[in-house]
Order: sequence, then C-alpha cells, then structure tokens
Amino acid sequence: MSGPDNVVWLGALSFPKAARAALADGTLRANLKHATGTIRDKRLAMTAELDDWEQLRDAGAALKKRTLRHLDTYLRQLEESVTRAGGVVHWAADAADANRIVTELVLATGEREVVKVKSMATQEIGLNEALAEAGISAYETDLAELIVQLGHDRPSHILVPAIHRNRAEIRDIFQREMGDWGRAAPTGLTDEPAALAEAARLHLREKFLRAKVAVSGANFAIAESGTVGVVESEGNGRMCLTLPQTLITVMGIEKVLPSWSDLEVFLQLLPRSSTGERMNPYTSTWRGVTPGDGPQVFHLVLLDNGRTDTLADTVGRQALACIRCSACLNVCPVYERTGGHAYGSVYPGPIGAVLTPQLVGVEHAASLPFASTLCGACYEACPVKIDIPEVLVHLRARVVESKRARLRPPTAEALAMKAARMVLAKPGRLRAAQRAARLGGRLLARDGRIGELPLPSALNGWSASRDLPVPPAETFRGWWLRTHSSSATSVKEARSDDA
Amino acid sequence: MRVALFITCFNDTLYPDTGKAVVQLLERLGHTVEFPLDQTCCGQMHFNTGYRPEAVPLARRFAEVFAGYDAVVTPSASCAGMVRDGHPILLEDKLTDRQPVPMYELVEFLVDVLGLTDVGASFPHRVAYHPTCHSLRGLGLGEKPLALLRAVRGLELVELPAADSCCGFGGTFALKNADTSTAMLTDKLRGVLDSGAEVLCAADNSCLMHIGGGLSRQRSGVRTLHLAEILAATEGEPE
Repeated sequence: MSGPDNVVWLGALSFPKAARAALADGTLRANLKHATGTIRDKRLAMTAELDDWEQLRDAGAALKKRTLRHLDTYLRQLEESVTRAGGVVHWAADAADANRIVTELVLATGEREVVKVKSMATQEIGLNEALAEAGISAYETDLAELIVQLGHDRPSHILVPAIHRNRAEIRDIFQREMGDWGRAAPTGLTDEPAALAEAARLHLREKFLRAKVAVSGANFAIAESGTVGVVESEGNGRMCLTLPQTLITVMGIEKVLPSWSDLEVFLQLLPRSSTGERMNPYTSTWRGVTPGDGPQVFHLVLLDNGRTDTLADTVGRQALACIRCSACLNVCPVYERTGGHAYGSVYPGPIGAVLTPQLVGVEHAASLPFASTLCGACYEACPVKIDIPEVLVHLRARVVESKRARLRPPTAEALAMKAARMVLAKPGRLRAAQRAARLGGRLLARDGRIGELPLPSALNGWSASRDLPVPPAETFRGWWLRTHSSSATSVKEARSDDA
Repeated sequence: MRVALFITCFNDTLYPDTGKAVVQLLERLGHTVEFPLDQTCCGQMHFNTGYRPEAVPLARRFAEVFAGYDAVVTPSASCAGMVRDGHPILLEDKLTDRQPVPMYELVEFLVDVLGLTDVGASFPHRVAYHPTCHSLRGLGLGEKPLALLRAVRGLELVELPAADSCCGFGGTFALKNADTSTAMLTDKLRGVLDSGAEVLCAADNSCLMHIGGGLSRQRSGVRTLHLAEILAATEGEPE
C-alpha cells in the first residue's frame, strides 16, 4: 500500500455523489446536527473565556510556521534526543514503509496482538489492515474507535470518529460484536451512556491487562528533550502507554515542536478548540524509556507520507500546522449536512479537503477542494489560523491545471469558463450575452419566474430546488446610458463598446 | 472625492435595480457617482473555481478601468472581497508596486468612509438581515449593516435564526454540489420563515438569488431585496 490507497478509501465516490447518499439518511443528519451543535456551543463558551485567545491563536500559528520552515533541523534534533533517552527512531517515507516497520517490530516481540491508542497517523496509513495481513490483531481502545472497529465501519470525524452513531446504534453494535473480539457485552445492555461505557470498560480492561505491545500516535514531540505526548479524554490511552512492555509510536513529521515551553500555547489551544474543555483529562508525556517504569522498549516511527511534498507548496503547507482539534469540522455547514464519510478520506471536513489532496495528489481527490462554499467558518474557528478557504481556492486551481494537462478534449466546464472569460473580456460582448440571456430567460419564464427546466442542462442541479429570476428588460448599463449619458465616462464607452 | 460604481456583471445583468439604488442613494447623499463603462467582471467565478489564467486578464482590466478613483463602491461583498484579497494574488502584488484599488462594499463606504448610519431612508416593513459569509467573515462588516437598518424609518428589524450559517450558495458550489447546497438552503429557508420577516435583505444578490429562488419555489410570499434598495427607499417613493 502506498500513495492514495490508504489516506483515501479505495473506490470512494466523488464528494457530490457520496454526499447525496449521506443527505438522504435522516438519522445521520439528526445525529450530526445534534453532535456538532453541542460541541460548537461548548467551544465558543470556552474560547470566549480567555482574554488572550486571539494572541494564543497568533502564537500557535507563528510557532507552527516557524517550526515547519526549519522542520529538517528540528527532526534531526528530535532523533538525537529520543535516541539519547533510550528510544529508537525510524524514518518512514510512505505508508508502506511505516506499516512494514511497525509490523516487523511487533513480530520481533513474538506477540500477535497490540492495543492501540487513538491515532490519526495509523488510520492514515491503514496500519490495522496491514497488521491483520501479518496475522496481528490490533485492538482499538478509544471508545469511539472501538465503536467504529466493532461496527466494521469507518471513522467519520477526526476527534469523534463515531459521531455518526447514536446510542441506540452503539448498543446494537456492542451486543452483536463484542463477544467475537473478547468479553461479550452484558446481557440486557441498555443504551444509557453509563451502561455503554461500563460495557466498553469491561471489554477493554481485559485487553489492557493482557497486551505486551501498544501502538500510539502522538500529538507532539519536543525536539529539545525528546518528550513525546498524547492528549486524550478517557485514560484508555494512558493504559496503553504505561502497561505494555513495548510502545511503538507513529507520528507525522509535522508534529514536532521545538521546546517544552511551546506546549503552554498548544495545551491551551487544543482542548478548548476540540472538546470545548479548559483542559483535557489526560495528558501523557514520556521520554524514551525509564527502567522499571512503563514500557521498556520505545520506538518512534516518523512518517512523511506526502508531507514533504505538501511542505513544498508555499500556500498549501499551512495545512501541516493542523493540530487535529476538529473545530473546523464542527463549524462547517457542509460537514454538518454530509458527515465525514462523504469525504472518502480519514481526514474529513474542511481540513481534510485541504490536507487529503495534498497528501495523495490532487488528481486522486479532485472533488474535495470543491466541497466547500468558502464560507470561512473554518478559518474563523481554527486555533492555528490555517486560512482554509485560501488553500481550498489554491488547490482548486491545481485541480483545474491537472485536468487541463491530462484531459483532451477539455471538460465542458473548462469550455464554459473559457467562453465566459471571452464574453467578460469586452463590455460589448457582455452586452450581447446579456441580450441573449434576456431573450432565453423570457422564453423560459412562467408567472415572472423560471421554475424547473424542461430540458437537461448544466442548470438542472440549480433548478431542482430553486427558481431563477427572469432577466429584467433593461440592464443597469442600459439604464445608465439612458439616464446618465451626458457623463464624461460615456465617451470612452462609444469607442470600446463596439468590440 | 471621485467615486466610481462597480456594478458587477451579475447585478448589471440580473439585478439592475440594486445598481440604480446605489446611484440614487449616493446622489441623495450629495455625491457624484461615475460609472466607467469599460468595466465587466472582477473574475471571482473564475478564480474561485480554479480558472486562474482566465481570471488574470479580468483582474488586470479591473485595475486599469478603476485606476485614479478615490473610492470604488460596489453592492457586492463577495466581489469586494475578490478585488481586495484575490486580485493581489492574481496580479502578483508582492512582486510589483501596484497600488490596490480603493475598493469599498457599500456598507463600508457609508459607515467607514462617510461616517453615516442614518442615510434618511424609509421602509415600513418587517425585515430580516442575512449576513452573507463574504460580508460577515470575509469583510468583517459585523454590526454595521444592522446599524444602517435600525436607522431606517418604519423598518422593523426581526432576528434571523442561525443567521451566521451559510445559505449554501457558494458560487459554482450550488451547481457542483447541488444536493448539499439545497440541504443548507432548506435550513436557511426555515430560519427566514420562522423569523416572520416580509423581506429578507443582504449585501450580496448572489446569495439572495439562491435564497429567493427557494422562497419563490415554495411560494412563501417572502421577498428578497438587496440592502441598497432598502437604504435608497424614501417616504412616498414606490419600492
């Protein structure tokens, strides 16, 4: 596995097609509206509390920008400090590389099962599937990831992977599946949150106490000290990080931070932006290995998988500043309607729409940069001020250029855009087009409106739900010439308008 | 002060009344408005859809046509944003010493440049204001449009539920992602109907065409009107 085969799901539909199916699912839409609305309100309350929130965002953005500019330096420094602390550092160029490294490390321990801390990087590389191919069972221990895994499902949100599920669905999944993976759900399980949590607790406790190997991601790693950290809510991550003998951490190279003091900024930005909490319940940090305490073997796999290519794009590289808080998903009006699966990627929502195409190549995720109205809610919410609309528009241009280079003849859209550009190049041509639109519009109009169009056309997507206005009898330009024609600017018009 | 009107290709073709309203309003406030006839389009549709080479000559043309004015006023927040944020990218301002066109969306011109909130308008109707994404988050107009509306005689301003949510237009998004666009529109329409407004106004006719198209399809009886047309209305004048 490499390239686009893991970040994006094989055979995934384009966004508009996948979205159509999601939009038809009333339960999904209700679950999403409720869940995103709740987190959104909590986040707003928590960020409004801090007088220096905007300065914190600026600091976070500046730290990330600077770190990315000197990424090579900090990564080498990290390798040295982790090694000095007793860890082993591995470099993985792509997903296949990373999966091979982790698989070999697990096989070398003689174990055939691992417990997992919730991790986007391992989702990105499809690690669970790769381990399964080698006969190794990987057990997700984050509650939501457990729900997704037991449901033979895919995560639909970065922070809340099972956001598309309600508690009744979760009860059904637990009852049906838990027994096949370990301790079965208690009989008569209700959909009360406490009962569901207890069932998960009993099921997972068995795994924690047995596992000899854990696999995690990382929210950050400190170049200066070699400290690696995971931020979580449940404590299940800490179980994995402390109980097993071997810990393997897979981390995207962009997660490195220069120094411990930088955490002052990010440990304020992250919990408030993600779960809407002042601080997260569990923050685990570790440096290499400590004799007699916690894992005695620590491997850090540094993952590139398209990040260096992303770094080369001076506009698109902003996406690498992402701290995976999901605030942009929760405020996105598109995500709220479609959910995460429609994005066909482990990174859904606005950040996914800018990150996925860069990690896998725009031609493999061409519909994603267009899956946005450019409303700007994501930019406003982003704790590290990633200008997502700017990157979306930038990537749209890259998609169009890639199609221009590959597709002969040009797409219908490209031809229409070219025609529009020709019309708009000269006021005279625009006037002729306006006359044509007026004529066409009047032919289609009934009762002063243009309803559903009788013939298939590019406008059918519009006219299925919206009337079109009838072009008025006189354009503004026509009115101006009739009423203000003595003004000086009209002299120039007479010349240029014959074009 | 030399003031030019940038009507936008969209308003020129489909919403000439908005342009007339801007001219009438600014003339009423004592300004002479010029309309450079060589203007066409800011290139927003091309730029936002990824067709940059096609947008460059439009941006260049815009810069030439509107050079030398003290203020260029437009009744479109999204086109104002395009000129302000998009043109510097297309025309590579970082590499040149081009002076940016002094672009103002109408509300900015009235409130920030002229220092007005009461423009002497009268509009005795129940009105809701939809802050379009480009006016709210793009230009950061904030409370300014509401201040203008509150000063209009006879106007009853009603609150629009979930006002800051995108209506789902998004330019070519409305065609490329018609289903998602419609799902967003449905929620916006519910908000408009729940507000009890007779008229929904905004600073962008493009969003209003989308919302108005939905209101019309539902035969709701709620009208959409550009903010400029409300601010231009005076007592005894037909609206």
